[in-house]
Amino acid sequence: MNAPSKLEAAIRAATAHGRPALIPFLPAGYPNKDRFWTELAALDAHGADVIEIGVPFSDPVADGPVVEAASLECLDAGVTLAWIMTELKARAAAGTAPKAPLVLMGYANPFLQYGLQALAADAASAGVAGIIIPDLPYEERGPFLEALSAAGVDLIPLIGLNTSPERMQLYARNARGFVYLVSVMGVTGERDTLPEPVKAQLAVARSLFPVPVALGFGISRPEQLKNLPADAAIFGSALIRHIKQGGDAAGFMARWQ
Amino acid sequence: MTTSAPLRAGWFGEFGGQFVPELLMPPLKELEEAYATIAATPAFQAELAELLTDYVGRPTSIYLCRTLSKELGFNLWLKREDLAHTGAHKINNTMGQALLTKHMGKPVLMAETGAGQHGVATATAAAMLGLKCLVFMGATDVVRQAHNVRRMELLGATVHPVQSGTQTLKDAINAALRYWIAEQATTHYCIGSVVGPHPFPIIVRDFQRCIGDEMRTQFRAKIGRLPDYVVACCGGGSNAMGTFYPFIEDEGVQLVGVEAAGTGEPGCYHSATLTQGSDGVLHGTRTKLLQTEDGQIMPSHSMAPGLDYPGVGPEHAWLHATGRARYECVNDMQAMAAFNTLCRAEGIIPALESAHAVAWVLENSATLPKGCHVVVTLSGRGDKDLGIIQELQETQRKQA
Ligand SMILES: Cc1ncc(COP(=O)(O)O)c(C=O)c1O
Repeated sequence: MNAPSKLEAAIRAATAHGRPALIPFLPAGYPNKDRFWTELAALDAHGADVIEIGVPFSDPVADGPVVEAASLECLDAGVTLAWIMTELKARAAAGTAPKAPLVLMGYANPFLQYGLQALAADAASAGVAGIIIPDLPYEERGPFLEALSAAGVDLIPLIGLNTSPERMQLYARNARGFVYLVSVMGVTGERDTLPEPVKAQLAVARSLFPVPVALGFGISRPEQLKNLPADAAIFGSALIRHIKQGGDAAGFMARWQ
Repeated sequence: MTTSAPLRAGWFGEFGGQFVPELLMPPLKELEEAYATIAATPAFQAELAELLTDYVGRPTSIYLCRTLSKELGFNLWLKREDLAHTGAHKINNTMGQALLTKHMGKPVLMAETGAGQHGVATATAAAMLGLKCLVFMGATDVVRQAHNVRRMELLGATVHPVQSGTQTLKDAINAALRYWIAEQATTHYCIGSVVGPHPFPIIVRDFQRCIGDEMRTQFRAKIGRLPDYVVACCGGGSNAMGTFYPFIEDEGVQLVGVEAAGTGEPGCYHSATLTQGSDGVLHGTRTKLLQTEDGQIMPSHSMAPGLDYPGVGPEHAWLHATGRARYECVNDMQAMAAFNTLCRAEGIIPALESAHAVAWVLENSATLPKGCHVVVTLSGRGDKDLGIIQELQETQRKQA
């Protein structure tokens, strides 16, 4: 339980080289159930420091149209959390899992139906280092945090531009892995520019959290991070769009090198 | 004791909570504080009471059905929410929330709507109080309920068709929550039922409890005691919660919530969340849901558009779990029969939602004690449903 976090280590390894860690996001089973694993391996081979895998949900309130549409496609194709766990465990056993530590991002209900004990145990044996739950604020974290931390899986908190230092301190108390700063007042999806207050909020978060601060939502190009001291950048919609338009993960990651 | 006072704010037993993105916690906190400090003041209460009396037309009457009571052998009373301004109980909630919005100094009132009834009630309150109004509505519903879209537009509201997901009410709520994340500084989210994250289930129930409060007073005046059965239809559950809440401690009063069973065929889509659903989290609250075993939300169905929702208010889930209220199902055909009966026997065209509550009484009339007093909340009038009914009658004619 007190073993060092793989996620924190992976991000610190990148920042030690003077660059933000790269965290691509791809919904499990996108663009289809087979090719997903090829793209996952490509992300790993082409510079991803951590990889975020989306667990699709029918009603993703924190997501914009691109991620929502991709998630619904995956649901139609029969993607379930059980499928994700089984496939990941098989790869972990065969030694073909990505080197980069993995994070699952999904909504509370599918995790609850899976069962929190089963989730924690299966995540640990599938090589999942952390879980991000966008509809789980501090007040509702208790049972999730208890189950996951007992299995050594990090529960990654999300904060926003409207999160007060007092609330950040609540999250900071038992933060592990990294903290996810949502860079826009809105849902996932590419934006041309990030709002002005991001810079100041990043500074506050970095001063209050003992773990690295990752910036996500709205990010599509490395230039957007210029002058922003984020420890990591998370990008999803831009990658999904790139693949939808005929590209692949390797081509997308090349932009970020 | 069966009071609704939760152990932790926002929880009813194991139901409720605030399962929302962190970005929505500040506006929820702001709303909770505004509700406690503004809505509780005598000045606010007096202003709201005046609007409810002069503008909405409260108290709504209570009517003892002349023909049906004789036929049934017991007293069937109707609480006439159909007589409230805009033709349904929805206005009780929107007047309260719109007035609160005004006092909070926010210029925009935003809502989701399924059938359009809550959208119309929101647009009405916004127009009257000088607020800008935005309504999210599933693209499918925009087509199905074109009449209500026109009403909202006449009242000055902007209707945003929602193209994502199943393009119905649940997706409209998703869109409203997303919009609120971005525009929380200027906008209040006027949610349409006792659903969503804390403090919405409590706020909406409090603004709807005038139904049950008036009922108590009216019964004491008319028969000198409380009724034996209190019956209301249950979609998200706002008219039922507003009806039940003041009776919760009256152990002798039986509370019956009526859900929509859809066509009633095995395996059909329906909206019987409490009687057939399971525990889960949707739209910020832990409640009973229609979902797959993987936790994906299933499409719901009812011919009554206002009952067509795969979740239900958390306080109902709790009343169901404790057994204080019972929840029963009525299918489309039974509701249609009750609709026709009420039209012909009493000269009242009920909303299809309300017809479900009446149908439960008619279907179970043999088991209800002779001479007892049964009151049904007639949540709305049926003018809005004439298109649906015409379509149904045509299909039946073709099949016959
Ligand atoms: C007339 C009427 N009754 C009932 C309902 C169901 O909502 P609730 O269960 O919140 O009262 C609606 C919803 O639109 C309605 O229009």
